[in-house]
Amino acid sequence: MTVTDERPAAEVGAARRRKEDARLITGRTMWTENVALPGMLHLAILRSPMAHARLVRVDTAPALREPGVVAAFSGRDLPAMGLPCAWPVTEDMVHPDHPALAVDEVRHVGEPVAVVVARDRASAVDALAAVDVEYEPLPVVTDMEQALADGAPLVHRDKGTNKSYTWVFDSAAAGTGGSTEEAFANAPVVLRRRYVQQRLIPSFMEPRSVVADPTGDQYTVWSATQIPHILRFLLSVVTGTPEHKVRVVAPDVGGGFGGKLQVTPEEVIAFAVAQKLGKPVKYTETRSDSLLSAHHGRDQIQDIELAADRDGKVLGLRVKLLANMGAYLGLVTPGVPLLGAFMYNAIYKFPAYRFECTGVFTNTTITDAYRGAGRPEATYAIERIMDELAAELGLDPVEVRRRNWIGHDEFPFTTVAGLTYDSGNYEAATEKALSLFGYDALREEQKRRRESRDRVQLGIGVSTYTEMCGLAPSRVLGSLRYGAGGWETASVRMLPTGKVEVVTGTSPHGQSHETAWSQIVADQLGVAFEDVEVLHGDTRTSHKGLDTYGSRSLAVGGIALVNACQKVIEKAKPVAAHLLECDVNDLEFRGGAFRVRGTPTEEPGKTLADCALAVFAAHDLPDGVEPSLDADATFDPENFSFPHGTHLCAVEVDTETGRVSIRSYVAVDDVGRVVNPLIVEGQVHGGVVQGIAQALFEEAVYDADGNLLTGTFVDYTLPSAADLPDVVSDRTETPAPGHPLGTKGVGEAGTIASTPAVVNAVVDALRPYGVNDIRMPCTPERVWRALQGGAS
Amino acid sequence: MIPSAFDYARPSTVQEAVRILSEAGEDAKVLAGGQSLIPVLRLRLAAPSLLVDLGGIAELRGVSESGDELVIGAMTRHADILRDPLVARYAPLLAQATATVADRQVRHLGTIGGSLSHADPAGDLPSVSLALDAVMTIAGPAGERSVPASEFFVDYLTTAMQPGEVLVAVRVPKREGWGTHYEKFNRVAQAWALVGVAAAVRRENGSIAEARVALTNMGTTPLRATAVEQALAGALASADAIASAAASAAEGTSPSSDVSASAEYRTHLAKVLTRRAVAAAGGIDAA
Amino acid sequence: MPRISLTVDGVRYDDDVEPRTLLVHHLRERLGKVGTVVGCDTSNCGACTVLMSGEAVKSCTVLAVQADGADITTVEGLAGPDGKLHPVQQAFHDRHALQCGFCTPGMIMAAVDLLAENPDPTDEEIREGLEGNLCRCTGYQNIVRAVRDAAAAMRSAAAPQESVPIGGGA
Repeated sequence: MTVTDERPAAEVGAARRRKEDARLITGRTMWTENVALPGMLHLAILRSPMAHARLVRVDTAPALREPGVVAAFSGRDLPAMGLPCAWPVTEDMVHPDHPALAVDEVRHVGEPVAVVVARDRASAVDALAAVDVEYEPLPVVTDMEQALADGAPLVHRDKGTNKSYTWVFDSAAAGTGGSTEEAFANAPVVLRRRYVQQRLIPSFMEPRSVVADPTGDQYTVWSATQIPHILRFLLSVVTGTPEHKVRVVAPDVGGGFGGKLQVTPEEVIAFAVAQKLGKPVKYTETRSDSLLSAHHGRDQIQDIELAADRDGKVLGLRVKLLANMGAYLGLVTPGVPLLGAFMYNAIYKFPAYRFECTGVFTNTTITDAYRGAGRPEATYAIERIMDELAAELGLDPVEVRRRNWIGHDEFPFTTVAGLTYDSGNYEAATEKALSLFGYDALREEQKRRRESRDRVQLGIGVSTYTEMCGLAPSRVLGSLRYGAGGWETASVRMLPTGKVEVVTGTSPHGQSHETAWSQIVADQLGVAFEDVEVLHGDTRTSHKGLDTYGSRSLAVGGIALVNACQKVIEKAKPVAAHLLECDVNDLEFRGGAFRVRGTPTEEPGKTLADCALAVFAAHDLPDGVEPSLDADATFDPENFSFPHGTHLCAVEVDTETGRVSIRSYVAVDDVGRVVNPLIVEGQVHGGVVQGIAQALFEEAVYDADGNLLTGTFVDYTLPSAADLPDVVSDRTETPAPGHPLGTKGVGEAGTIASTPAVVNAVVDALRPYGVNDIRMPCTPERVWRALQGGAS
Repeated sequence: MIPSAFDYARPSTVQEAVRILSEAGEDAKVLAGGQSLIPVLRLRLAAPSLLVDLGGIAELRGVSESGDELVIGAMTRHADILRDPLVARYAPLLAQATATVADRQVRHLGTIGGSLSHADPAGDLPSVSLALDAVMTIAGPAGERSVPASEFFVDYLTTAMQPGEVLVAVRVPKREGWGTHYEKFNRVAQAWALVGVAAAVRRENGSIAEARVALTNMGTTPLRATAVEQALAGALASADAIASAAASAAEGTSPSSDVSASAEYRTHLAKVLTRRAVAAAGGIDAA
Repeated sequence: MPRISLTVDGVRYDDDVEPRTLLVHHLRERLGKVGTVVGCDTSNCGACTVLMSGEAVKSCTVLAVQADGADITTVEGLAGPDGKLHPVQQAFHDRHALQCGFCTPGMIMAAVDLLAENPDPTDEEIREGLEGNLCRCTGYQNIVRAVRDAAAAMRSAAAPQESVPIGGGA
């Protein structure tokens, strides 16, 4: 029988309005902070004001005398609970203990020192002032290069070094290319640049919140997390509670961007306090707590060298990276730069590549995944230096890219970093982008403004990116020493009335899975979009999954979902044959119904709903047929997903004040086949803007004493609508050949692409003034300084 | 976060407010619209024992005329200033600057008196009050007194008001026939000004008869750009003359260096923005 | 503790409150109006925006005692009694103007306020009118589209029925 439907899909590809919206636009959303349980107590956490200090004394007793206070604990009062790092990237990685609540020493401002438990939140916060802490200051280091210098203060004195690891990829050693030494020795053009990826703060709009509820020996934890399944597993490991006694619920979650891909001190503390007191407890961070202590992103120094010939053909690339870990290693902190290691070669063909990354400890908040995680950094560096190559050779930046990119007829293509790109058409995306952008006209205008020495100069920036997403093939993760796999799972449950419940192991927090998954299932099973309910984020209903990050949900989870649907159809087949009194082999499944092959579609046949009702009653099933149509599927991808695209940005730079204004922005992305164009466009808009924010607006700044100077939204300047342009978003569509739906990931693409497009445009505007780099964010002052010939 | 606990009083007259404040001493704070104070309380950067809410004092609201002055009640909200026909006619600079204060939600609650009393040098209205030669009416235990804007701002977040005193009204000389402009430069729309310039220019024939220029965030208090004003008085209404006058905009200023900008950059901005503000106020193309 | 009286989404509530209680905490924790959320502590993000006596305010920067006597509308009170969405809500849905949805209650309320003052804003006026509300997901573009659509829908609903033009027909 045929189970694939050749008819054009009705739902996949449709701009369906989202199911999620009904509760979100009416205020009926279930945020973790909305959870209120009888007898629930409230936590307040005392955070270190010192970047590095020995804890001489933490006396919580005075807090117990404050009104409403029920309990108070220091790190010594709770069982030792080390926070996990799941990615020991090298065998000899220095991996310090990371207590949830500091015991002997604090190593960054904001580190939890004590917790107060009270009947209401205000009392808990009030009583923090009564906790008596004596800090003995220790020397502080916040700068990576200083941290690596001889005699630097040690973040972890017992480790004897601030270096966590050095990880190397070399194409000659890996057998994926030649030696960079040879490539550079003979190259007519060698460019060396240092790029700085400033530290960013993910700044999801919903502050993190956690509720832990002990009932007997069982624990329910609600958390504003991206990773309920991983959290369940690791809470069990960290606290020694049997996994089957732990239920984690991620209800509606207000954004993450990687920032909620973490097992946090606050989650572990809440769990431990609930365990100790036998009462439900809640902790919700304030925004200033969040900016200070939720993990940060980026913060790398990139020394990049590119060898090329005089025609602009790249011959080799060397990258030496310093990556700031912060004071400890978070869940995937050390691995973030590795996700970039395979992306520096981008869409280009060249023979030799070497990458070396050193992870460095400093007395700062930990860094970890932030939208794109490693890939935006890599894309930025290569796309910036490709522009430098164009400038060096007097070539158009688009032309330099053309001379190096992989042709559309060369796929699948194995890169110098060893990845096999399955598909792509860089020519098509670039042509479309150039035409939407009006590239030639803008270059003309730029020329005129340059000639007239206009106070406002025009700059044009291009970024031709690809990325590896759809994390990830488990075998690859294993070879990179990551602690878990990359599969995803889905279940389809046929209810007796023909309605469908889908359980996904992905955990959306803005990604619209309820809508997109319904579209996929509707097509697969031939049921109505409205008849599908997508369940997620509660380990009681969704017992298995690896959650949502790395643009993996559709790319990996989507295949699991399709496979589960196919299994349902397989299971329904003997039931339908029995109902139709025909042979199983004579059946076909089309438009949601089984019919004897060749029967006209006007015949009603037997729908899945008929079969579902039949197995529910189970009065008359063939021998040996299980009275259930429900099915699970778990899928482990064999390769990553490789969306790509071309982004173009035009900026106007006021050469008097240094202010940069984006005049136009065109994004042409190829994310393969699209399930819902509305959702895809939304992801592109949001992603592009986050990348623009890195280029122009955002930076987390520490002073030399390790104080975060950008600890509120007053100083950590997120752009508002008034600061941003409209984005012209379009697509080309090169289906992913290995994916039954042909889809690729889209969640991070915009962010990866846009940062270099914007900075390339700013630098392009200022090249006539002798400027070839501006540090991000390109604030008016930095641009102005660059124009003065000073350090930017 | 949640503010520390405090007592709360909501007097219905200025006299009552003054009495309560005098009795409470230095630990009391005045609550106007709360748009600066409440975030400070939430971050627990201040923990007053008593808040005296002026929101119940009807006489503090509204704009009226008194001879050649506008009298603007201290509790007049930014949103009211923006809609007020008297302000539009006699003090458009105030409306122009008020339109740039924070965002529409904040402007629905924030008040002119609150902004001026808070005396944040990065605030937009203090410099405007200087440029407009405003006079503050302050009520205290000994009755009312008047303090010109030039003497009102004493230091960072500090005014000439004593504990127990309350800003009652801002008196602004009516000006007609002046061109005005507020030029604000910030990193993002909702950020405080890195530098702002309030300018008012009266032209006569082809010349600038008089100019008033005041600077936001170029020191611990708002500052008059006296050298610029002097250079402009009687100058030709030309781009060159304005540029030349604006070059001395930073004279006598002492801007801070902080995470948003360096003093050097602020100094540069003051000159550029002064040129732009004066040109816009004077209706002169300064390209 | 002062006693305050509020009308929230059409229902009157009388409560004793601690003076330090923020309006948003009063709404959420005492009145159970958890549709309005807290996103920051410096009055920047606007997620807590509600209408107070018809005007948008940030309910995290208002003391509950300051709101005594006020009529408050939250996102929960926007839809009609029959559950019919407010045009701004409908447009946010139609235009995919939300992803995670955390900023949405405040964004919708700010947009309602903006349109009350300016029924036909340009895109630039919409962007500036929403400067007090941060969104991290959408890049704002679909929000701008939604507000534009809602404005058109509200204008056409408010316009008097047009007569059939001469020569026209049904």
